[in-house]
Amino acid sequence: MSEHVPLWTALLPVLILGVTGLALLLVDTIRPNARSNTTLSVVSALGALASLAVTVWFVAEGTGDVSTGGAIYLFADAIKVDTLALFFTAIFASVTALVVVAAHDYFDDHDSPAAFYSLTVFAATGMALLAVANSLAVVFVALEMVSLPSYALVAYLKKNRGSVEAGLKYFLIGALSSAIFVFGISLVYAATGSLIFSDVAAEIESLEGLAGVAGIGIAMIIGGVAFKTASVPFHFWAPEAYEGAPAPVSAFLSSASKAAGFVVAFRVFTEAFPIGASLVADVNWVLAFGVLAAVTMTVGNFAAAVQENVKRMLAYSSIGHAGYALIGLGALSGSAAGDSAVMGAAMAHLLVYGFMNTGAFLFVAMAERWGVGRTFEDYAGLARRAPIACTAMAVFMFSLAGLPPFAGFFSKYVLFMGAIDNGFVWLAAVGAINSVISLYYYSRVVKAMFLDDPESSSTLDTVDSRPTALYAAVVFAAVATLLLLPGFGPVIETAEAAASALF
Amino acid sequence: MILEAFIAFTFVAALVVMVAPDEWAGKLAFGLSLAPFLGSLYLWSQFDAVGNALTGGTIAFESRIEWLEVGGRSISWFVGLDGISLPLVVLTTFLVPLAIVSAWTPIDTRQSQFYGLLLFMEANLLGVFAALDFFLWFIFWEAVLVPMYFLIGVWGGPRRKYAAIKFFVYTNAASLLMFIGFMSLTFALGDSVSSFGLPEITQAIAAGGLGTWFGFEAGTIAMAAFLAMFLGFAVKVPIVPVHTWLPDAHVEAPTPVSVLLAGVLLKMGTYALLRFNFTMLPDQASALAIPIAAIAVISVIYGAMLALAQKDLKRIVAYSSVSSMGYVILGLVVFTEYGVGGATFQMVAHGLISGLMFMAVGVMYNATHTRMVGDMSGMADRMPVTVGILVAGAFGYMGLPLMAGFAGEFFIFVGAFGAPSLPYAPIFTALAMFGIVVVAGYLLAAMQKTLFGPFRLETDYEVGRAPLHDVAPLAVLLAAIIVLGVAPDIFFEMIRDAAGPVVEGVSVDV
Repeated sequence: MSEHVPLWTALLPVLILGVTGLALLLVDTIRPNARSNTTLSVVSALGALASLAVTVWFVAEGTGDVSTGGAIYLFADAIKVDTLALFFTAIFASVTALVVVAAHDYFDDHDSPAAFYSLTVFAATGMALLAVANSLAVVFVALEMVSLPSYALVAYLKKNRGSVEAGLKYFLIGALSSAIFVFGISLVYAATGSLIFSDVAAEIESLEGLAGVAGIGIAMIIGGVAFKTASVPFHFWAPEAYEGAPAPVSAFLSSASKAAGFVVAFRVFTEAFPIGASLVADVNWVLAFGVLAAVTMTVGNFAAAVQENVKRMLAYSSIGHAGYALIGLGALSGSAAGDSAVMGAAMAHLLVYGFMNTGAFLFVAMAERWGVGRTFEDYAGLARRAPIACTAMAVFMFSLAGLPPFAGFFSKYVLFMGAIDNGFVWLAAVGAINSVISLYYYSRVVKAMFLDDPESSSTLDTVDSRPTALYAAVVFAAVATLLLLPGFGPVIETAEAAASALF
Repeated sequence: MILEAFIAFTFVAALVVMVAPDEWAGKLAFGLSLAPFLGSLYLWSQFDAVGNALTGGTIAFESRIEWLEVGGRSISWFVGLDGISLPLVVLTTFLVPLAIVSAWTPIDTRQSQFYGLLLFMEANLLGVFAALDFFLWFIFWEAVLVPMYFLIGVWGGPRRKYAAIKFFVYTNAASLLMFIGFMSLTFALGDSVSSFGLPEITQAIAAGGLGTWFGFEAGTIAMAAFLAMFLGFAVKVPIVPVHTWLPDAHVEAPTPVSVLLAGVLLKMGTYALLRFNFTMLPDQASALAIPIAAIAVISVIYGAMLALAQKDLKRIVAYSSVSSMGYVILGLVVFTEYGVGGATFQMVAHGLISGLMFMAVGVMYNATHTRMVGDMSGMADRMPVTVGILVAGAFGYMGLPLMAGFAGEFFIFVGAFGAPSLPYAPIFTALAMFGIVVVAGYLLAAMQKTLFGPFRLETDYEVGRAPLHDVAPLAVLLAAIIVLGVAPDIFFEMIRDAAGPVVEGVSVDV
């Protein structure tokens, strides 16, 4: 960023999302009774894409990068814009764009779709704010800004029992974990006397008698992160919420909201509680995350393998993927090069996952719209009626399983290799075994769609419409999943560069 | 850039066919698939490689573009051909148009998707044979599986789902094992390599670059990697006892898919064995020469015995592939120029001959709707041309001189008999030769029952002469088999040139 541009412009991606959310409210206020679904969808998609474009431009320009003078601090150091923040903002903006485009057809016959768009964009604003947070207070405020719209979104189909029940469960567990999280923050503040990450880090080595207090605080913050990323032991809400919520909301929560949890984790634990200093204070969070990663991916994969409902299977698979991404924190060794490699790999995995997982949930949204049912059997023979969408779904499934011709292969590969290079062979081995198990349940979807015959020839007669926007979103996500394979170089390089600024 | 254009064209052709209307997708696919064939002939005419691509020879059509860097090693788009890969590229582009023509009769649903997937598979197969970077190679290698899974699972016979999933699970598990084996090698190489280029890795291993890793000695890692990769590729080849997916896949697959499965996909396994196990780790290979030769001979005999016991013509041909691949393994493990060269030649020869057999059986099935030996006899009365070519192909299988099969097997036996690095080589060779007798036994018996004698058919179909577009590919294949049998040197010379350095890599201390 050159000299004469005011510093606050670094926040442009966040501001664009926020303004878009307000603009959506405005559209709905001017014409409260008009059916303005298309206008709302277009406005929110344009906002998300504009934010994405600015983010990518900033990354290309090197805003906040070491090469252009390092991170940009704003508002008394409470905000910090660097490549890490921009990288995650790109994930949030892409997922938001996909979801709001797809929602156009999903909420086609809904009475008041306006709230959906504005809540989604406001949640995305919260996520982008989370990515630039440099103080525990900002983290908490932004986290609530993500959570509150999310509760409403899950319960958005208010005449649908499943949706309302899921929303209530999500809200109760979310409120509890928010309380735990904020209590953890207060304990850390009590021990260190600061909320700014770098000040916390400076204090944490010399805590003396207060090390125990800080340790409990850090453990509570881990709990909050585990909730947001849907990791063990706070994962119970995820299958319920993802299954009950409208499918575009599930897509948004399981991709963007999960990534938001990870940006908090990556930033807080490397900047506020650096490994070396934390070990001095007897807080071995690396081990904690390593164990959580192994348990989370195993629990997620085994639970996914026994599901009969596709959406629920995807929910558990998203828990499994949270486990893979946790390797980014659990396989840190204290060497700057190795650590930025493995954390960068986890970030790249989250980006790839953002496309393939969103795409998979949006395919489920399409199936819900067709009314073909929810189980694997209900998907039988779907490829005969909708070959393009089913091909896209096959791409998502194989990519989620980590098969080579798709981007998921590279992102898993660099993640596991990073873990091995850092000496965590066991973690990589658990990950590899889980990947193999996951192929079983992912391929069940493909088998049902392409190989199985429908129960009767009339079963698929409901598949008559071609929802254009939903199709476009699914196909775009599939193309992105494919193109990220040849284009993986810039992604992993940016991610590693972003991560290396943390160590 | 010619190889890129070559592979990219095939991908684009696949996409074009995929969206074409079903009515003329077959004809369009055939027309488009001729371009890669002509392209491969052009590549052949311009071919200028010397030696083996992995051991430092000159690579033809070499092209390298940096892709990304992971953990200090670069992955690149790195392709090129040498005397081992060019014949296989030609084989692939030659078989695909013929397979497409042979699909015109049996495939009557969702044609555009069928032919599109076939071309998509061809593009990936070309990638497998051209890639010289491990990751690029692995991506193509795995990408072959996906279209194959659908081709068997959607257009196959009654038990197609079982066969498709068995194929997919077997080969994927094998790929994982092989991947782990190869990765442990690169870890043990440490900083002595800076890329995943196969030539660089091969030469680093030959120069003694393997170090200790995680407390394991270099020798232990090399041996473990060899075993993991051998097992992984053995599934693909397939070698007894990991061959059980093959008969299921073949029987359920539609004819054109069987042709490519036997003709090219099995060669991926032997090609990879040659490239990875026998070229990269020759010392481990020769240390294990006796067990590998024993497995090869068991594959030859056991595969032939299994074929002898089958009643389904397609199963007979499928099991005889297991037997033929045994010869290839034997040729590889003896580490002589004629052995390794003959094995590579046999890959091409078997690709043509087994393709011919599957196609001929398919043509008969189109007319009779049965493949069971007991259900028909005297087919020669009704389909004289098809039967004539089938008989000629069967003689090729038995190793009749002046046919490609004879040349391949003869080279292997010549190379194996006097192999210096394999103890008891004459005994192994003699045992393997005995396999030919069994092959002759079951092929002659099956043909006598079904093709000759008075005409009788258990199904109610009217059997007449097969249409021209069914018989033409058979004739073309037969012509190619005879040309290769009469003048094996058109391929064998370049194969020997590339096989020579592999043989030099092994230290003979017997």
